[in-house]
Amino acid sequence: MAGVRGRLAPYLMILPGGLWLAAFFLVPIVLMVSLSLQTGNLIDGFQQTLHWRNYTDGLSTYGDKFVRSLWYGLVATVACIVIAYPAAYWIAFRGGRAKSTYLFLLLLPYFVSFILRTVSWKLVLTDNGPILGPLRDHGVLPEGFHVLDTGVAVVSGLAYNFLPFMVLPIYVALERIDPRVVEAAYDLYASRAQAFLRVILPLSLPGVFAGVIMTFVPVSSDYVNAEVLGGPQNTMIGNVIQTEYFNNSAYPTASALSFALMAILLVGIFAYARTLGTQDVLEAAGR
Amino acid sequence: MSQFDPAFLRGLTRPRLARSSAGGPARRDVLRLMGAAGAGLALSACGVKGQGGKEKVSQSDVEKYWAGKAKNGRLNWANWPGYMQDDRETIKAFEKETGVKVTYKEVIQEMGPWFGKIQAPLAAGQSIGFDLMVMTNGIQLEQCRQLGYLAPLDLSKLPNFQANAGPSFKNPSYDPGNAFTVPYESGVTGIAYNTKYVKEEITSIAQLFDPKYKGKVGMMGDSQELGNFGMFLLGIDPEKSTKADWEKAAAKLREQRDKGIVRKYYSQDYVDAVSKGDVWMTMAWSGDVYSLTSPDVKFVVPREGGTIWTDNLCVPKTAENPVDALTLMDWLFVPENNAPLTEFINYMPPIPATQKLIARKAEQAGGADKKDLTRLSTSPLIFPSQADLARLRHYRRLTQAEETEYQKIFEPISKGS
Repeated sequence: MAGVRGRLAPYLMILPGGLWLAAFFLVPIVLMVSLSLQTGNLIDGFQQTLHWRNYTDGLSTYGDKFVRSLWYGLVATVACIVIAYPAAYWIAFRGGRAKSTYLFLLLLPYFVSFILRTVSWKLVLTDNGPILGPLRDHGVLPEGFHVLDTGVAVVSGLAYNFLPFMVLPIYVALERIDPRVVEAAYDLYASRAQAFLRVILPLSLPGVFAGVIMTFVPVSSDYVNAEVLGGPQNTMIGNVIQTEYFNNSAYPTASALSFALMAILLVGIFAYARTLGTQDVLEAAGR
Repeated sequence: MSQFDPAFLRGLTRPRLARSSAGGPARRDVLRLMGAAGAGLALSACGVKGQGGKEKVSQSDVEKYWAGKAKNGRLNWANWPGYMQDDRETIKAFEKETGVKVTYKEVIQEMGPWFGKIQAPLAAGQSIGFDLMVMTNGIQLEQCRQLGYLAPLDLSKLPNFQANAGPSFKNPSYDPGNAFTVPYESGVTGIAYNTKYVKEEITSIAQLFDPKYKGKVGMMGDSQELGNFGMFLLGIDPEKSTKADWEKAAAKLREQRDKGIVRKYYSQDYVDAVSKGDVWMTMAWSGDVYSLTSPDVKFVVPREGGTIWTDNLCVPKTAENPVDALTLMDWLFVPENNAPLTEFINYMPPIPATQKLIARKAEQAGGADKKDLTRLSTSPLIFPSQADLARLRHYRRLTQAEETEYQKIFEPISKGS
């Protein structure tokens, strides 16, 4: 009796999580894959026809939007690393007793709605607004110069909006580093630069890895920043998917584009993890 | 000396193969089974049954819908921002006169997203939380008509509409016989330009395509607004257009975009852009220019033509208070009730008699009010002449097959494809 109950325990333990995954991940994914191969419309209904042309048509019409989305994702993610790492480093090692306060201040803007924050940038960057207006009036900038409706505005908006997802994981990784390890490095005649490159940076790489995942994926899928801050040459695939779903009710096309985006991102993540060597990173952190 | 039993240490490093095979499926197999269940779902997910063909209603359909329904004294109204006085003057007057309590929400920003929001509950026969909504004629309204998402109107309960609506606003091409809608306000899509930057008079759509204004032109992202302007430019009547016409218009619009003439494709946010000078010239809606843009901005109906669109009052099929909705619809067609609304909204009212009321009020008013009301009652943007109306065209009514083609042709333009 005790033996039987003991043997069933692992499967019972896996049941809630498994059901959750089945209901909220597996079923939606399967339905979306099925929908992406259907034809039809709201009026006449949708029929399963294994219509692979939803993918080929979508990719041929909007292929460059995929490329642009990934490129914007890459640039914004790198920008986030460049901004976030020094900030997290300073808070973790120089913040002292006020670390929590500094973290809170860093995160404070993000308590405001995502869309409101993005629209606020539109007000700041308008051509005759508080920043660019005076610069142009005094001849510092050429007539016709503008930031709004350009790729720079979109990438800046993306980096700004997703910065916390890079700062927090890096901060946590840095915070976890035992100060005595760094002290030991100095004792062994390491310079500050050497101590950083050989001790602190390797130990914080798991945080960077996590931050990259949590930034690159949502950034590449975003549709707000390009809509608010960009022009027609800055459209991202997220804008197209949103339009097809909500404006056109073209569910098969939208599903095909969504699934294609998901597949591309998954391949990218696996390649990234393999290249960076997640296990090695974690082992280095644990060593 | 180890603090652990050596047998325990050996157990950590040696897999229990025998126990696994004897004890039933391994964990890995459980996950595999869940995957198999998911795969089974794929076969059953074979599409959605068609729901179309409900746009034709008979008198018995109307009677069947309204049978047994009574006034509840409550009304939930969904509308666009800026379509009601800030102090809700008109709503308060209605509540006072009829006793119906109105909850008013400005939740409609664009037709596409609004349709996306209400489609699922309506398809499921559930309330959308509103009894009355304002929808622009076009693709989404047509979809609602065909899918049976709207209550068929009992025109015998709308006597003021019958008596006071202008002939141009009755029996519209997009809703024959006013089967499902009555007009709320109408507007014109034309050109707005900022006279601080544009030093010539703007009269033609061709000027939106002028390389002289490269990077300073705004167009609308909505595919029907954009498509109509492309067709006007080519001398095509949008209401009579064909697929070949759409392709010609689309080619012209792509050329405009690829030359860098268009800075951005807007929805209503062109108001800020043209007021601030981000763009100098843009497609625009008449009432926005009349009341929302800076004084430097002028509006013209291009000589090639402009689009007239109508925002319509309609009742979702699943409304909880449809009779109260009907009461409000008809109440708004009393000229004295419509006039304050038109004074605030500054779009085109469906009641010609409103013009006389506002003109009379202007005569009696003094100072700034007199000036404002005189401007309003004499403005061709609010009360267009017959000659003006003759140059205006609606969007083309599209069958489902045509809509798919139309969207495939025009939708990618504002997306850069």
